[in-house]
Amino acid sequence: MEASVTTATGVRDRFERSPAARLPDQVLQAGLTVLAVLILGIIGYFFIRLIGESSDALNKFGASFVFGNDWDVSRNIYHGAPLVIGTLITSAIALLIGVPVAVATALYLTELCPRRFRPALAMLVDLLAAVPSVVYGLWGVFVLGPKLLPVEKWFANTFSFIPFIGGGGNTITPGNYFIAGLILAIMILPIVSAISREVLATVPAENKEAALALGATRWEMIRMSVLPYARPGITGGAMLGLGRAIGETIAVVLVIGNAATIGHHIFSQGYTLAAVIANEFNEAANQPLHSSALFAAGLVLFILTLIVNIIARWFVRRGTRKLRAPEADPGDAPAPGGAAPAPAGATS
Amino acid sequence: MSASSPATQLPHISPGRKRKDAIMRGSLLAGTIIALIPLVLVIYYLLYKGLSAATASGFFTTDPTGNFFGNPGGIRSAIFGTLEIVALASLIAIPVGIAVALYLTEYGKEGWFANVVRYFVDVMTGVPSVVFGLFIYIVLVISHAGGSGFAGWKGALALALLMLPIVIRSSEVVLQLVPSSLREAALALGAPRWRIIWRVVLPTARSGLVTGSLLAVARGMGETAPLLFTVSLATAVTGNLNSQMNSLPLQIFTDITNPRDVIVARAWGAALTLVALVLILNVVARLISRRSSMT
Repeated sequence: MEASVTTATGVRDRFERSPAARLPDQVLQAGLTVLAVLILGIIGYFFIRLIGESSDALNKFGASFVFGNDWDVSRNIYHGAPLVIGTLITSAIALLIGVPVAVATALYLTELCPRRFRPALAMLVDLLAAVPSVVYGLWGVFVLGPKLLPVEKWFANTFSFIPFIGGGGNTITPGNYFIAGLILAIMILPIVSAISREVLATVPAENKEAALALGATRWEMIRMSVLPYARPGITGGAMLGLGRAIGETIAVVLVIGNAATIGHHIFSQGYTLAAVIANEFNEAANQPLHSSALFAAGLVLFILTLIVNIIARWFVRRGTRKLRAPEADPGDAPAPGGAAPAPAGATS
Repeated sequence: MSASSPATQLPHISPGRKRKDAIMRGSLLAGTIIALIPLVLVIYYLLYKGLSAATASGFFTTDPTGNFFGNPGGIRSAIFGTLEIVALASLIAIPVGIAVALYLTEYGKEGWFANVVRYFVDVMTGVPSVVFGLFIYIVLVISHAGGSGFAGWKGALALALLMLPIVIRSSEVVLQLVPSSLREAALALGAPRWRIIWRVVLPTARSGLVTGSLLAVARGMGETAPLLFTVSLATAVTGNLNSQMNSLPLQIFTDITNPRDVIVARAWGAALTLVALVLILNVVARLISRRSSMT
């Protein structure tokens, strides 16, 4: 527009907007930009405040806040290894159970399911993400926990020779690592499945047709041309699920037993970083060091999920950029809740 | 598949490969069925345990009494509280989210700053909701901002932070689908940018924007952890967003840990109500997105 000022003929001057008429545009652009800057600024400010509030506990306990095994509220000592390990164990169980089922669902929906059933089935899987976490917790406490307890006891007794599984025997309680992991598996399933589906949908038809033309069976086609192509994207989806599992709070606090010790097998009671914050939040209000320790747990949780998510985005992006290159659409890694069909996932 | 004429005989597939194919296809189907079992079970138990509680007299019309003994009361204040908090959160998150998405598609485009914003919005989607609750607790609750400790509007802010990345991502996807020929046509007719956004871009993308926003609202409605640290609990209905309020997720959460059966029954009734609200929002969102030609 500036160029038109220099045109000698003056014809363009008549079409040129007056500075006053151009004002709304400039205001809008500036306003929207400021808004975007503001949001980044707010997040940064919150992060700094969180570091500030956790500094008491972090200064006092140092590295043993993460690596020391002694979380004792009565003695005011906060060494959070039981929480970190609990978080890792429950997330690992969630991934081991959730990811294979989610990928199987995604493969079935994209490759095998009759076309007319696909939208309905996909919507049902997505609806798993719509159930609030407190409802999963309610269901876990009063239905899944009690019903599964005899099965867990039988399993622990029968396979007592396997490390990390046996050892509990009849002392197993309804709240334990395994139940928490199982509930988490249900909660991450729709996210992993939705992202896997998006990635699988981008596998070029030629690759599949080529495999079929060479005489491959359906499964051989999936194994040889679909899976290798979609692997980075599926890995990224699983990592996003991991981020969800690490941060999930309310469902876990209700079913994990809330014992600040490192369990010896997957059926023992435990604790996670997120669960400790929700469970001890009220009693910590009058004890500065305790609340500082809870903020520090939040900080560790935040950084942990941040790292996992950054790696996940990298995988998903790598998986989709390769496929979508012609569209020149880099900002389009499928985010949960991104495109309309993705689920409105629920964490708390 | 079997060809009749020997000239077009397909290559032989060994029984082993056929068996493996059948087994793997079967397990993929089995995986899908396993994935749906929890949904069926959760909904079954919600109806089985929640329906009798929800149909008890006064369930929707009385407030929780807060008495440990005697009549526990209903969930009226929880429903009102959830609606108020979520409405305020939506009023913040949806306009701001769409505005940021507009910045990304109309002004920032592929510039470095727009990509930084996109990256952080992506990262924000992965931040656990409990952390958003802690943020607001540290910044607003401890400092007694606005003269109150725990307050409804602080919870709404926490929910808004959580909904914001969902609104931004879904809106950006939809706004990018608006054909640039429409924008160019309006530009050629001499329309200023703001008018193009207001009269061309937003109306074209409307149904997609509504869908994304509704899904974000549904997500915010079910969140418990952020409210735990920001709103706390109350028993009575209040229109005062600067005080503690009741909400469905927190009502359920506190009722679960109560040893009395009637109160646990109220948790099931409240859970049924909450899931019904969230599912309605989800279904409406999906219907809108299916009806529109764009998404």
